[in-house]
Amino acid sequence: MRVLVTGASGMLGRATAEALLARGDEVTVLQRRPAGLPCREELGDVADPDVVRRAARGQDAVLHLAAKVDVTGPWAEYAAANVTGTRTVVDACRAEGVGRLVHVSSPSVAHAGTALTGVGAGPADPASARGPYSRSKAVAELDALAADSAGLAVLAVRPHLVWGPGDTQLVARIVERARAGRLPVIGSGAALVDTTYVDNAAAALVAAVDACGPVHGEALVVSNGEPRPVAEVLTRLCRAAGVRGPRGRVPSRAAFLAGALVDGVWAATGRRTVPPLTRFLAEQLATAHWFDQRRTRAALGWRPHVALEEGFARLAAWYAAAGPRPAAR
Amino acid sequence: MRPDSPAALPGLDPAWSRSVTVADDTGAEHCWHVLDNGVPDPVGTLLCVHGNPTWSYLWRRLVAAAPPGWRVVAPDHLGMGFSDRLPGPRSLRQRVTDLGDLTAALGVTGPVVTVGHDWGGVISLGWALEHREQLRGVVLANTAVAMPEGDLGPALIRLAHAPGVRSAVTVGTPVFVRATTALSRPALPADVRDAFAAPYRSAARRRAVGDFVADIPFSPGHPSRPVQEAIAEGIRTLDVPALLLWGPRDPVFGERYLTDLRSRLPRARLHRYESASHLLPEDAPQYADAVVRWVADLDAGHDPAAARPAPPGGARRRLWSALDERSDDDTPAVVEVGGATVTWSGLARRVADLAAGLASSGVRPGHRVALLVEPSADLTAAVYAVWRAGAVVVVADKGLGFAGMRRALRSAGVDAVVGSATGLAAARLMGLPGSRIAAGRVPAAALRALGAPSTLEDLETLGRTAPAPAAPPVDADCAVLFTSGATGPAKGVVYTHRQAAAQLELVRAAYGLTGTDRLVAAFAPFAILGPALGIGSAVPDVDVTAPGSLTAAALADAAAAVDATVVFASPAALRRVAATAPDLAGDQRAALARIRLLMSAGAPVPAALLRSLREVLPAADAHTPYGMTEVLPVTDVSLAGIEAAGDGEGVCVGPPLPGVDVRVSPLSPDGTADGPLTDRAGVVGEVCVRAAHVKDRYDALWALERTTSRDPGWHRTGDVGHLDAEGRLWVEGRLPHVVTTAAGPVTPVGVEQRVEQLPGVSAAAAVGVGPAGTQVVVVVVVADGTDPARSGRAGRLRLAGTDLADAVRAVAGVDVAAVLLAGRLPVDVRHQSKVDRGEVARRAARVLAGRS
Repeated sequence: MRVLVTGASGMLGRATAEALLARGDEVTVLQRRPAGLPCREELGDVADPDVVRRAARGQDAVLHLAAKVDVTGPWAEYAAANVTGTRTVVDACRAEGVGRLVHVSSPSVAHAGTALTGVGAGPADPASARGPYSRSKAVAELDALAADSAGLAVLAVRPHLVWGPGDTQLVARIVERARAGRLPVIGSGAALVDTTYVDNAAAALVAAVDACGPVHGEALVVSNGEPRPVAEVLTRLCRAAGVRGPRGRVPSRAAFLAGALVDGVWAATGRRTVPPLTRFLAEQLATAHWFDQRRTRAALGWRPHVALEEGFARLAAWYAAAGPRPAAR
Repeated sequence: MRPDSPAALPGLDPAWSRSVTVADDTGAEHCWHVLDNGVPDPVGTLLCVHGNPTWSYLWRRLVAAAPPGWRVVAPDHLGMGFSDRLPGPRSLRQRVTDLGDLTAALGVTGPVVTVGHDWGGVISLGWALEHREQLRGVVLANTAVAMPEGDLGPALIRLAHAPGVRSAVTVGTPVFVRATTALSRPALPADVRDAFAAPYRSAARRRAVGDFVADIPFSPGHPSRPVQEAIAEGIRTLDVPALLLWGPRDPVFGERYLTDLRSRLPRARLHRYESASHLLPEDAPQYADAVVRWVADLDAGHDPAAARPAPPGGARRRLWSALDERSDDDTPAVVEVGGATVTWSGLARRVADLAAGLASSGVRPGHRVALLVEPSADLTAAVYAVWRAGAVVVVADKGLGFAGMRRALRSAGVDAVVGSATGLAAARLMGLPGSRIAAGRVPAAALRALGAPSTLEDLETLGRTAPAPAAPPVDADCAVLFTSGATGPAKGVVYTHRQAAAQLELVRAAYGLTGTDRLVAAFAPFAILGPALGIGSAVPDVDVTAPGSLTAAALADAAAAVDATVVFASPAALRRVAATAPDLAGDQRAALARIRLLMSAGAPVPAALLRSLREVLPAADAHTPYGMTEVLPVTDVSLAGIEAAGDGEGVCVGPPLPGVDVRVSPLSPDGTADGPLTDRAGVVGEVCVRAAHVKDRYDALWALERTTSRDPGWHRTGDVGHLDAEGRLWVEGRLPHVVTTAAGPVTPVGVEQRVEQLPGVSAAAAVGVGPAGTQVVVVVVVADGTDPARSGRAGRLRLAGTDLADAVRAVAGVDVAAVLLAGRLPVDVRHQSKVDRGEVARRAARVLAGRS
């Protein structure tokens, strides 16, 4: 099968492209910087129609991961990368007659800040999604699913909190904070949080490329299906990296307040650095979010093959091999 | 759609609404609004009649749930709901005729089951009496057909009936309309309350609400009185099945209205929804399923009793046979330690006299007699006398708490109360109906104050010269007992003489009890069974309803008093016995050394506890029967049997006793037990039992009875477990506590047992968190040496450290999402030993949702 993967320089994009290559698919990757993968590569902006059309030409399927993933920054940047980028990909699929589009989304598109306990994939809602990333991804998912039609099957897949070796987002930030002694437990630390080990997420996306067609027009949350108390997840990630786990405790209300303040300050001053805490992050760390995986597993014919414990062991091995300060950003 | 049709309302399908124009007997045409599921060529029709001031919206769930092939029709009365408003009041007579005109216009031909609520009950019954050829059954919910004697009508309705008040309350303001939907606890959702008020937005639209109230014939001269009385009397002649659904928290129609209805429809099935108030269809939405089941049964002939096995050897012995046989025996039958001793001959005489006295003082066969007497010789005599007189004992123990006892005894509808001074005072506080008989010595002034015209002693005296009552038939009811109420209100369980006799026969045979045995009964329900078992018994000098109060010395003194060979005690009592063993004197040890058999039941009995009693009861073979209020015993296992079985998934309770069949109904992924019964080894499911001594039925809980006996002849216990290759039963928990994970159902007990074996863990509860079908397992652990007094707020849960979490996960055998620590686990009030996993799950879910 000929598959275009956008955003293959990130951890998940790279793992997915590698998985497709490993099974013999003809893979093209599209992103701004060279990904160093042994396959055809188009370099450019995912919001550039010419580049995307060229990349999409002759493909059987497009797997769209390219996105701006961050917690701060102006809305315009998120809108350009995530909303315009997705529209460009959809248009290219239509123009080039690509039959399948797997749009990679995020569970945060349907998360209004309340605890999610064993729920399915609710509809994306830009109005209630928290923060520019979630909001822009919500708009993008609605656009992508709206394009689902007889000629183009669209499936939205929402991997939840993907982590693994080489992760510069979740794991690196947590470890960085812990190392600096700035990783408190928010609230009781008991909120159940589901996560996804990167190889499982990649396998799910490969399965989604295959399932897209018979399964279409819906959103599916992907996770390990092993929710754990958030303090435990943080502790185990830190242990794998060889640093001390979270220290101290911040009551959740104070954390939300602080997060909201930080959001305001960072927005007002236009600072581009990663803030100590955002309201979005505070909510992520203090409220349960775990998901009903039955529909996902039935629809994709997929199950996670790396259990949490094995994932933590692989992460520890990677940190041990890479030295004490790996993955400089 | 007409402008005055219901708009989109919660739970109401607009496709059900239709308008029908019907000419009444004066030729005037009126437009009716009717909910109609529109089934063509129906098997039958449910005709659902609302009361005042509701409308057909009340029946939306029944329309939605319609039995297969049945049409469901629910009109709004003229002037009510979305039907035409009328120029003047409409009498009861006219409304019954109107309803007949409507069903004719709707092409209803029968068979018809009428369903009525509130004043719709009377109108529906009026229709029923005039359409007997079409009538297949009647269903009534919180209604009245007559003012019971001495009743002035429901107080709230009377208030609304007072002329000045009526127009203001019912028409001028929406107070009455709104108040009716405000009776529910918990409150109805606001959108549902608005839906009930939707057709009554203006005074003009409420006129009939006031007229309806005015038409209630409180006074004998009221024009509608003769019609109402004719209906009330007429239903005594109905020969169709009847189903009564009742919300006991109704401030409008109280217990007396239910009693009155039952007296007019004596063969009616009854289900009381304990938490429901006046608007039963709102407060107990599951009523719709019950009606559907009942309607489906009308022609299916579901008869669980037909499949019940006959007791081995028939039912030759009666509950009082030993009294007859030993009426010349002057050895002790019942010994109260520190109190009276009654010989067999004395007890036989006392029971005979008391039975005759009860009969001649008005206690009739089938009457229900509540016994509020502490375990004692008086209680024993009273129980056997009530049985001998053909009446039914009603026993609710103090473990239920005052509110629980009150609810239980009121639900049983007692005709008489036998009580000590304390018991009679409690009966008054509970507002129990029926006559009063005092037990023990009560001063005359106190008797008057308690409303008791006589004592047991008076009745014995009376009975000496009165004729002996006829012995009751063996299939007559003999007892109403109550379940523990650990999960929801205590349930009444009815036994017949045949079933009780079968139970005693099984116990006698299973444990080799003979006339030479003597019993110490330190377990409330068994304290009175010695005479029926034909063995002498002693009641220890402690409160047997407070299991923790029995010391080893008290047990030994009771054993010495009758030279006992058998001890029956709850695990909680035995724990205290073991703990106080060092205080025993030499002769006390000698008395206990003569015990050959120890039985313990009421909650799981750990092998370690039985082992710890070997020192105190060196000659006793320790047995734990397994069973429940509905059927006891089911299985039995000895300490040696427990040790031979070893570790497994759940608690090994041994093989079924002779004459008892055990099978399981396998669990489906969503945790319901709906698989066909099987005895295949290793299959996990709801434990089902068939035996001659299974209860006859639940009392006043028709829907529950129907559900738990849906496999004819089998009782569904609500326990979950499996049979092993040797035919032994393993109990793995309660059905509602099964955790339904995406990977399949997980039962709690096995997980808990494995976790409890970890060093440093004293107790564990495995519960499910999350929506059914995709739950995760959470283990709540009490650490060794946790001091409940010092663990902060008693039930507060916090996250366990990663080391403990790792240890728990290593042994649990299932994926465990979280391990939490607790100071102690909540337990049921009655036995103080069954962990309330539902409460644990609620607390765990709160903590694990975060933000605390």
